[in-house]
Amino acid sequence: MSVAASERPVGVDIQESEQNRPVIEAISADNPASTVNHMPGMVRVTSPGRLVIRRETVEERMGREWETHEFQLAIISYFGHIKEWDDDEIVIAWDH
Amino acid sequence: MTIAPKAPRKLSMKDRYSALTRDLEWDPSYVSTEEMFPFTSFEGIKIHDWSKWEDPFRLTVDAYAKYQAEKDKRLYAVLDGFAQSQGHLSLTDASYLNAMKLFLQGVSPLEYQAHRNFAYLSRHLNGPGPRFASLCQSLDEIRHAQTEIHTLSNYNKYYAGFHSYLHMHDRVWYLSVPKSFFDDALSAGPFEFLIAIGFSFEYLLTNLLFVPFMSGASFNGDLPTMTFGFSAQSDESRHMTLGLEAIKFLLEQDPDNVPIVQHWINKWFWRGYRVTALVAAMLDYMLPRKVMSWKEAFELYFEQQMLGGLFQDLAYYGIEPPKHVDKAIQEKEWLSHQAYWILYQFSHAAAFTTTTPNDEAREWFAEMYPESWPIIKTLWEKEDQNLANGGRHFIRGLPQLCQVCQIPMGFTEMDDPLKIAQRSVIFEGERYNFCSDGCQYIFEHEPVKFRQAWLPVHQIYQGNCGAADLPGVLQWYGMQPGDGGEYLGSVDNENWKTWHAQADHNELGED
Repeated sequence: MSVAASERPVGVDIQESEQNRPVIEAISADNPASTVNHMPGMVRVTSPGRLVIRRETVEERMGREWETHEFQLAIISYFGHIKEWDDDEIVIAWDH
Repeated sequence: MTIAPKAPRKLSMKDRYSALTRDLEWDPSYVSTEEMFPFTSFEGIKIHDWSKWEDPFRLTVDAYAKYQAEKDKRLYAVLDGFAQSQGHLSLTDASYLNAMKLFLQGVSPLEYQAHRNFAYLSRHLNGPGPRFASLCQSLDEIRHAQTEIHTLSNYNKYYAGFHSYLHMHDRVWYLSVPKSFFDDALSAGPFEFLIAIGFSFEYLLTNLLFVPFMSGASFNGDLPTMTFGFSAQSDESRHMTLGLEAIKFLLEQDPDNVPIVQHWINKWFWRGYRVTALVAAMLDYMLPRKVMSWKEAFELYFEQQMLGGLFQDLAYYGIEPPKHVDKAIQEKEWLSHQAYWILYQFSHAAAFTTTTPNDEAREWFAEMYPESWPIIKTLWEKEDQNLANGGRHFIRGLPQLCQVCQIPMGFTEMDDPLKIAQRSVIFEGERYNFCSDGCQYIFEHEPVKFRQAWLPVHQIYQGNCGAADLPGVLQWYGMQPGDGGEYLGSVDNENWKTWHAQADHNELGED
């Protein structure tokens, strides 16, 4: 029952707050195949194979500068593998 | 909307990370590498190139300090507001705090132990990448211990059971379950610790521990706990990454590492899973307002995310899902009920209270647990009769404990849910008992380690726990009247009713 890395869902749990709303909106916009679920106090975004968080998209929605390190204040948990975390984007995906 | 142009950065995140971690590394010239790092060879793990360790977070010390300070600032603002507004009165019920008593007594001391061992790793791993990641985690863990203790200390002003958690952690029977789990990891080598805590606990099982506790807090009016929980979890995602990097690194370095790592995964999955039995009981029975059932949490966080996601990734390296994972899946209908039934019957010797599930909870159980509830409910119906006859029951004797997980032997065979599961092994002429195939497997690989287990029941019989009678042992445990027993009619329950009755009579204009 092996499923290809490109299809197995990855995801991230984010604290539900005013500050994080633009981050969640940005993730939804950049990952059209993603789904958003609300749980008590948190929001879970999942996406098949790959999920990307882009600095520019977050900044557009926040109306201020945002560095990707700041995502550490929002994230509760994730599943998948953090493939990339640089100045411009964070990518969560499976390797194999 | 336009955004002001950024001042040009001197270094990108990648370069800054490289400059502040790897560039600070040097090769020893006065001593050999083996003398400098004496603990990274005896476990049989082969590492050829430490520079291959990746840290995707690319965290540097300046960014670490900046964001951790911000997290603490947000948390302490919430704590102050809650305390100032008498927030404890807006909890769903005082019985909710039993979950938090269990957390403070059982989990917070583990955070401190994690702090210690990651500090050790931050000195003793050969590579600068994993050393720095371990240093950050070590600081995170002491922050967690401190913020949890600080957050829950507010409840200690008003409720029983919060007063002597550290003293209890080292002595009390149910707390020996998490304590012995962590001591097992602390007394292992650095690589086994990384797989035990970094990978198996932080990556495989942490969501089952934290997210249900914190969502439970959110649902039951406990804003401070939810906030410290999510604040701690935000560090946890970094810890998960460290654990995942650790396992991938070991597997990629040498094919000889694969069977060693596989055994550690087998062992530590089951060790951690048995500790989560306490979480299962808490989640299903101690939250007045339910969030999700243990079974749902297990299916979501373990079966879907780990078996369906992670282990397919690890199959690439020849790693299989943990041995005995099938047993854990079979147990998902039963685990919380059997664990709580044990806690219920021994809560006269605990620093939390228990009570029979109310009608609403029973309806929920019937819906969540269609397979097990028809059998489990007969236990509670029998207890209803005891209560009607004026006799809530506690077990007065001492239970047999599993030699490995140290939980009283209350789990059953999955093909015969009324038969207590019991396994045993004779080692050098002495018999050792286990609750499950998983615990037996662990013992058989390290009998010399596990025969030294400090089993609370044996210790009482040996005269090492203050006295030979229950009041004497409870005194040695540091317990006070009102800490344990039945919730209904307890000190917390009576105080709660008084406080809320006062509120009812203080309506405006009554005079």
